[in-house]
Amino acid sequence: MELKEKLVSSFMAFEDMVDVDSPVHDIRTEAIKHFENVGFPTKRQEAWKYTSLNSVLKHDYSVFPKHEDALEFRDVKKYFIHDIDSYKIVFIDGKYSSHLSQTTHDGIDVCLMSAALTKPKYRLVIENYFNKIASKDSLSSLNTAFSAEGAYIHIPKNKLVEKPIQILHFSTGNEAALMLQPRNLVVVGENSHVQIIERHQSLTDNPVLTNSVTEIFTNKRAIVDYYKIQNDRETASLIDNTFINQKQESIAKVHTFSFGGKITRNNLNFYQNGERIDSTMKGITIIGNKQHVDHNTLVHHIEPNCESHQDYKGIFGDSATGVFNGKVLVEKEAQKTDAFQANNNILLSDKASINTKPQLEIFADDVKCSHGCTIGQLDESAMFYLRSRGIPEKEARGLLMFAFSNNVLDSVKIPELKNRITKLIASKLGVNIGFDL
Amino acid sequence: MLKINNLHASVEDKAILRGINLEVKPGEVHAIMGPNGSGKSTLASVIAGKEEYEVEEGEILLEGENIDELAAEERAHKGVFLSFQYPVEIPGVSVTNFMKTAINETRKAKGLEDMPANEMLKMIREKSELLEIDRKFLSRSLNEGFSGGEKKRNEIFQMAMLEPKLAILDETDSGLDIDALRIVANGVNKLKSKDNAVIVITHYQRLLDYIVPDYVHVLLDGKIVKSGSAALAHELEAKGYDWIKEEVNA
Repeated sequence: MELKEKLVSSFMAFEDMVDVDSPVHDIRTEAIKHFENVGFPTKRQEAWKYTSLNSVLKHDYSVFPKHEDALEFRDVKKYFIHDIDSYKIVFIDGKYSSHLSQTTHDGIDVCLMSAALTKPKYRLVIENYFNKIASKDSLSSLNTAFSAEGAYIHIPKNKLVEKPIQILHFSTGNEAALMLQPRNLVVVGENSHVQIIERHQSLTDNPVLTNSVTEIFTNKRAIVDYYKIQNDRETASLIDNTFINQKQESIAKVHTFSFGGKITRNNLNFYQNGERIDSTMKGITIIGNKQHVDHNTLVHHIEPNCESHQDYKGIFGDSATGVFNGKVLVEKEAQKTDAFQANNNILLSDKASINTKPQLEIFADDVKCSHGCTIGQLDESAMFYLRSRGIPEKEARGLLMFAFSNNVLDSVKIPELKNRITKLIASKLGVNIGFDL
Repeated sequence: MLKINNLHASVEDKAILRGINLEVKPGEVHAIMGPNGSGKSTLASVIAGKEEYEVEEGEILLEGENIDELAAEERAHKGVFLSFQYPVEIPGVSVTNFMKTAINETRKAKGLEDMPANEMLKMIREKSELLEIDRKFLSRSLNEGFSGGEKKRNEIFQMAMLEPKLAILDETDSGLDIDALRIVANGVNKLKSKDNAVIVITHYQRLLDYIVPDYVHVLLDGKIVKSGSAALAHELEAKGYDWIKEEVNA
């Protein structure tokens, strides 16, 4: 049976597990109908022209894993940013692991979507926010149809959440092939600040397909720093659909570190509903072999005096392929918009490739919008400079690639995370950079 | 120290050096002067091992060993240092970390352990004082946003740290104001010893007032056409290069 048919037919089984009388279920029912109509995206669609899902859709995925598995913290510690105090929401094969998690209801809610979708005290927030900005495309609809579990984060106004929140999804390989569809909701009240780190990690080489949807709402003057660590095995694929709705003077920054996985697709969408909003997207992609990373971004400038900044760096080796498709849409009312977009890439091999496509649609007449993309090899004169100082070729290459990608880390505010990412970059580049940073 | 015999080099099939002969002994300072396009920077790059240049003929001997086939880093490990005319900016790598990497890679090549951190710090402190470099400067990204003078001073700081046997200063005076020139020259003079040698490549005699050469060579169309004492530099400053061209063509 094809995956689409399997998913559609398993919706009935899914209905036995959830409350079919809740208003959320009407949304799910609507969504599965939509998915049934449109199916999975294909390369015939413009937005998927350079990314084919065929190779990941062919597996016979378990949609509802039956086995329960426990993991010991010591075995998965390395996937956490473990040297900081943090809240943790951890899932094993899609199921919540209370053992590895540290949630809270103390002034803020850092807990589970399953609780938020079923308990009366969350009903109002769910009514106001759930599925309000997720787009109605096929993959987001598919996630909406099966939305039941994930992270639920609600920060009331005027809270500075000092501890970062880590969301981790482990897949254990207990199923021959596993499909996961986590659904996250993040609501940040006026003047509040929260930092979130998200990671998906497969622990075996059994195929995993994750189709995740995250909705983030930043109210007035709220600040959200969201970090995505994508360093999975080459049998794990991720489709990340993230939607951020910003109110006036809020700041949302999303950093995406894509260092591994079979196919990684990041659909990252910002909607600016207010003035003086700042939206920032930064990414470092370092991949090799036959890995594929696709960044598909949208910034919708709706109101005046807002900014958006995009800075994506990519290093592609072997037969790795990359896509950057960045759309900036500036509405007629969005005067004085300041939108910047950069996508710079280094290809380390003749077989590696990147398709980069900036799209600017500007309907306002008083704006500052710029974009630039580069694709190149390492600068030979810089190589000579380093080597003339006694730094061997391999280390010199590593140092230059590190320098190339490094400025993306300037805005990472958690030192331990920055340190970890720096080390990941060094190991991905196969060099010992020879010093602590 | 350095002996160059009948060196011919080209880039993309274009001959640039057409038979250079040069001998530099320990303790000596040689100046190489010449008009634009005469091959001065090419000579510096060929000695340091830049791969784009093809050595067609001749040999470069460092302490009697032919270094033609050695990679740039191997030449550096043997004590060759090139101060760049246009130092490259490396964002995200501080001056200090860059020097640590360079020194420890050189030590590794010689089979030595990494330099202990306290020793490294002491050395950095001493050498930065020599070049009148502010400590804050050392934590900045290498050459990024540096002024012309800062870049050149940083080059000589690196030279001081790496303690080369043969230092080649490629137009180190260009872009320097008189104070920076004095600091750079003073640094070079303090690093000079009977065991090392310096080749100064320059357009102008100005730097040679501070770093006084034992020999001055004039490079023209890829050949050394005239050699002399420091007085030759003064003559060139006063009369330009045309009289030499005429002499060569006569």
